[in-house]
Amino acid sequence: MQDSLIIVNFFQIFNALDETILLLIVSLPIGFIFSIIFAFGRLSKNKFVSKTISIYIFCIRGTPLLVQIYLIYFGLGNIKAVRESIFWILLKEPFWCGVLALVINTVAYGAEIFRGGIQSVKKGQIESGMALGFGKISLYRRLILPIALRQVLPTYGNELILMVKATSLISLTTYMEMTGVARKIMATTFAPVEAFVAAGSLYLFLNFLVVQLIKFLEWKYNPHLRLKN
Amino acid sequence: MFKFEKLVFGDMGWGDEFLIATFMTIAVSICSMGLGIFIAIFAAWAKLSLNKFLKILSNIYTTVVRGVPELLIIYLIFFGGSAAIMSIAKAFGYYGYIELNAFTISVVAIGLISATYSTEVIRASVLSIDKGQFEAAKSMGLKKFQIFYKILIPQVLRHAIPGIGNVWQVTLKDTALISVTGLVEIMRQTRISSNVEHSPFTFLITAAFLYLILTTFSGKFFNFIERKVSKGFV
Repeated sequence: MQDSLIIVNFFQIFNALDETILLLIVSLPIGFIFSIIFAFGRLSKNKFVSKTISIYIFCIRGTPLLVQIYLIYFGLGNIKAVRESIFWILLKEPFWCGVLALVINTVAYGAEIFRGGIQSVKKGQIESGMALGFGKISLYRRLILPIALRQVLPTYGNELILMVKATSLISLTTYMEMTGVARKIMATTFAPVEAFVAAGSLYLFLNFLVVQLIKFLEWKYNPHLRLKN
Repeated sequence: MFKFEKLVFGDMGWGDEFLIATFMTIAVSICSMGLGIFIAIFAAWAKLSLNKFLKILSNIYTTVVRGVPELLIIYLIFFGGSAAIMSIAKAFGYYGYIELNAFTISVVAIGLISATYSTEVIRASVLSIDKGQFEAAKSMGLKKFQIFYKILIPQVLRHAIPGIGNVWQVTLKDTALISVTGLVEIMRQTRISSNVEHSPFTFLITAAFLYLILTTFSGKFFNFIERKVSKGFV
């Protein structure tokens, strides 16, 4: 009897896996791109830009993700101007609110990570790039970014795992992804362990995939560190 | 849209409620941080021990809890905590009904989550101590307990403080999730107030400010402690 409950729950939660993955597929690439842009903004010589971005990072990193999700989901709908603008088509959906919240959150952490990576590129390398006649753009594209990105791969991998876990909070905005379904099962069947095992193993599997992806990328972009046979 | 005048203290506003909620958040954070460090000491010891079984057990614990969303763990303890306690009590011959209050559930849940992070911090700071120090201590004839008490502990404490500070920030922010158990901390108070006043934006901004103040000042506090204990060490 209990075993069958596990199986039934597992398939119910498994069906909600698409929703979790959809959230990740939409928000991860956007977050990645904006993280890099914001990292350059943070390092820019323009005082106004770098100050604004550092205040943004400070505010986002100092508050819980739940506050940010609620601010976007409940708070924005409270403002009349937002309700009457064209963005309301997207913002009335819990899914897009979730994507927005996740992106805003991950960009703050990601920008700091990438800033560390960009700053860790050695001065001598940049100087030798300049001596070889690289222009400013190709200096960034061919020298600084590749070195910085592979430097931050492990740290950014941690951030990706945090993102996978963060998608569970979107369930509090009525968007039924895995944690939302698990909660519903726990509240109706009073069999919390079965639902936890089902949802937990799926989350562990997702995180396992992320870890493997990061490991593969590290292997691919660090050819000089591979063991020679 | 904004109803910041509703934040006054007294019967007309929510100021005093928010103050109490803030203290509740701090209380939950401190209790779960304490529980977390207590568990983490044992988990870190298990991870570093030569016993294969303990090592695997502790690795499974940290991997599972860190790989699963915090909210899911809170739900598990919220819906299953009382039943688990009752079945343990049954084994000891007590058949009554036991219900855990929201505070206990929150502290246990957040404590279990925060313990996994503290475990890694403590483990790393134990490993950062040079092996030669133990050898030197042994050759000077110190007993095992003396090595632990006079060599290991002071250095681990010093090395662990920056990491523990980070864990504290994460724990503080994780307490926002326990609003699902019904404990009236900042997030729960925000929901209650915004439902009454129909102005979620005001109270959410207030909550964000409160968290920002808490994280900033505790960050400053940990920096101060760090500077204090690392005086003389660079």
